[in-house]
Amino acid sequence: MLEQLEGSQAVARAVAMCRPEVISAYPISPQTHIVEKLSDLVRTGELEPCEYMMVESEFAAMSACIGASAAGARAYTATASQGLLFMAEALYNASGLGLPIVMTLANRAIGAPINIWNDHSDSMSQRDSGWIQLFAETNQEAVDLHLQAFRLAEELSLPVMACMDGFILTHAFEQVDLPEQEQVDGFLPAFEPRQMLDPAEPMTIGAMVGPEAFTEVKYLMHAKQLQALDAIPEIAAEFTEVFGRESGGLVRSYRADDAETVVVALGSVLGTIEDVIDEMREQGVKIGALAIKCFRPWPIDEVREALSGADRVVVVEKAFAVGAGGIVGQNVRLALSGCDSTVFDVVAGLGGRPITRKSLRALFDDVVGGELEPGGLHFLDLKTDVVEREIGRNQNGRGLGPHAENILRDIGTVASDSH
Amino acid sequence: MAEQKIKGYQTGTFVVGNRLLDPEQRSTQARTERSNTLTSGHRACQGCGEALGARYTLDAAMRASGGKLVAANATGCLEVFSTPYPESSWQLPWVHSLFGNAPAVAAGVAAALKAKGREDIRVVGQAGDGGTVDIGFGCLSGMFERNDDVLFVCYDNEGYMNTGVQRSGATPPAARTANTKPVGPEPGNVFGQGKNVPMIAMAHEIPYVATATVAEPRDLEQKVERAIGMRGARYIHVFVPCPLGWGAASEDTIRLARLVKETGIFPVFEAEHGELTAVSKIRRRVPVTEYLKLQRRFSHLFKPEPNTEVLERLQAGADRNIERFGLLADDEGADFPGEATDLARPPEKEQGPPPALVEPDTDSNTSMLLKETHGKPR
Ligand SMILES: Cc1ncc(C[n+]2csc(CCOP(=O)(O)OP(=O)(O)O)c2C)c(N)n1
Ligand code: SF4
Ligand SMILES: [Mg+2]
Repeated sequence: MLEQLEGSQAVARAVAMCRPEVISAYPISPQTHIVEKLSDLVRTGELEPCEYMMVESEFAAMSACIGASAAGARAYTATASQGLLFMAEALYNASGLGLPIVMTLANRAIGAPINIWNDHSDSMSQRDSGWIQLFAETNQEAVDLHLQAFRLAEELSLPVMACMDGFILTHAFEQVDLPEQEQVDGFLPAFEPRQMLDPAEPMTIGAMVGPEAFTEVKYLMHAKQLQALDAIPEIAAEFTEVFGRESGGLVRSYRADDAETVVVALGSVLGTIEDVIDEMREQGVKIGALAIKCFRPWPIDEVREALSGADRVVVVEKAFAVGAGGIVGQNVRLALSGCDSTVFDVVAGLGGRPITRKSLRALFDDVVGGELEPGGLHFLDLKTDVVEREIGRNQNGRGLGPHAENILRDIGTVASDSH
Repeated sequence: MAEQKIKGYQTGTFVVGNRLLDPEQRSTQARTERSNTLTSGHRACQGCGEALGARYTLDAAMRASGGKLVAANATGCLEVFSTPYPESSWQLPWVHSLFGNAPAVAAGVAAALKAKGREDIRVVGQAGDGGTVDIGFGCLSGMFERNDDVLFVCYDNEGYMNTGVQRSGATPPAARTANTKPVGPEPGNVFGQGKNVPMIAMAHEIPYVATATVAEPRDLEQKVERAIGMRGARYIHVFVPCPLGWGAASEDTIRLARLVKETGIFPVFEAEHGELTAVSKIRRRVPVTEYLKLQRRFSHLFKPEPNTEVLERLQAGADRNIERFGLLADDEGADFPGEATDLARPPEKEQGPPPALVEPDTDSNTSMLLKETHGKPR
């Protein structure tokens, strides 16, 4: 049924329809509305049986999910940013133990400087944690991905992160088609754990593994992720059959068949990118887009197939590896190794800076017109004057205070245009 | 009616010889149906107090729960020596996740069981002192505060043994560890403020808190059984000597665990909902030096000459416990030599106890042996 809903409310209700038995979460913006709603649903008995644990930290939230999942319960949590980092040790543990926990990540920047707004530096920081990472473009897709995430997690016995852009999606009111409970029950069978703490059949989970077997155990984790490359499209196809709409999968191309230039991105920014593409197409520019729906496992073949015909590939990403360059960009280059396509790395939307049609248009024009240098790392809408002044100040000596303070002083603390 | 006093104590303590007891009251360890939860073949050092403590605790918990038990273990010696892949010494469902999260993992297990309507299955979380009082402390306090249905057991060997004997928040003052060596102007561990987690647990007013040592398995077992019989957050802090980390003889594990209580260094007590309900009495008070000198981690306090200042401070700490918890026995009882059921060595020559700090309370003799070991606190 179509409803006008806040993204967080929609996701919370979708999660509830997946019948988690244990929810353990710690509040952090912009995830709060999701877990608040779930708490309501548990308190009123609408979601039952379910234990909602109000833990004292994200580390405990993930740890309780680990315990609950190991005890055979469907376990769920949600977090963002600093919260994800606070659970980092437990994230690796959950994936290493092969526990099918599902987590919503309301993507937010990582400090310092502390910043509550959207970018992808949180999910990218945990890209190698062994979790599957799915990215939603819209609130509808965020809803749909959660249903698929539980299916996928439990089919393969590994944890899944469903990523949705903080504020941009979590706090946006949009029309969302919420599924019927019976449909969800048909799509997502009851959880049958692959391993379980059961006094009737005692087993040891989490033994110490030395050099004699560690490589093999880790290889099996990798093999399972590769299996997910098959399972994700299968589950997405089945989802379409049941619910009548397309959602999820590995990648999605947009007007890219004959495109000479293809823009690669993740998440909600694709909407804006597609608007710009439409505009440029009208003017005869052969440009298209490739949405990465699943970043881990990395769908290397699908990306290669989708991009190898393009002369220019522009990766617009909301995070980067400090001191190295683009993260998605590096993965795209790996997929395109041996191809002739030129890859441009563009960092955009950090800490909630709006990615506007105007800026994207200018960027794409530069790429198509051969104005952008292919090798370097580009920052969309970087205030070069601000940066240069601060670099200049720092050349004059030490003890000048933190960059953030200096820049804020420079531009005036109220000059934020981040929303 | 005239009562007949039975004096079946082990030398120097109020511990009653197992064989003198009613079969029902005998140790779980003495039973043929003992579950051997931590079974043989593990790789703990000879005389490891932690292995003993875990075995006593979990066998008793298995008995009390009718075999319906799940354990969540923190990283540490216990986890490492019991599960060298692909072997496991555990005969119960057991999960190890991380060093600092065992209380939260256990709470997650309990939540899962509740959601599934399987609250007949009981949950134990366990960790060393590091995993409890230091890195796992936030998770522990959260579990207490929520009153999650978990019995958490700390095996306190007073240091990070698994990583090579470094100091923890539970390491006693003056003790030598790998990072508090007897060098510099203040040799050994510093005199900090201490971190008494049993009392911090009491401050959470959880249903049950107890301390115990591996020298008195029946006392420990009884506490575990009581704890398993209750719901909500429960905490047992077990003192477990570590021969390797302390530089003690393997055969002195029980002796040290006994002395730590009889000196007053480690008060053995029970508390419910934040109130002290019972203390285990000291039968014959022993100076702390008797305990310290058996351990190389304190040898710098005796050589080249005794460091009287530090020894006095340590004695003062024990004296304070004795006073605070009312640890001295009202009635020292008659001597009953022999029947030292789990004392590895023959008793040494008696030493005169230091003067009692508390006036003996003469009119509260009890006839029940068990009551005598669990007298009322003052
Ligand atoms: C996050 C983290 N920090 C440090 C360690 C290293 N480490 C493993 S066990 C341990 C000490 C364990 O001490 P304790 O909990 O007292 O148990 P014991 O080995 O003494 O029984 C340490 C420091 C770790 N595994 N994880
Ligand atoms: S080092 Fe200590 S705690 Fe660890 S196995 Fe040896 S005796 Fe036991
Ligand atoms: Mg220890």
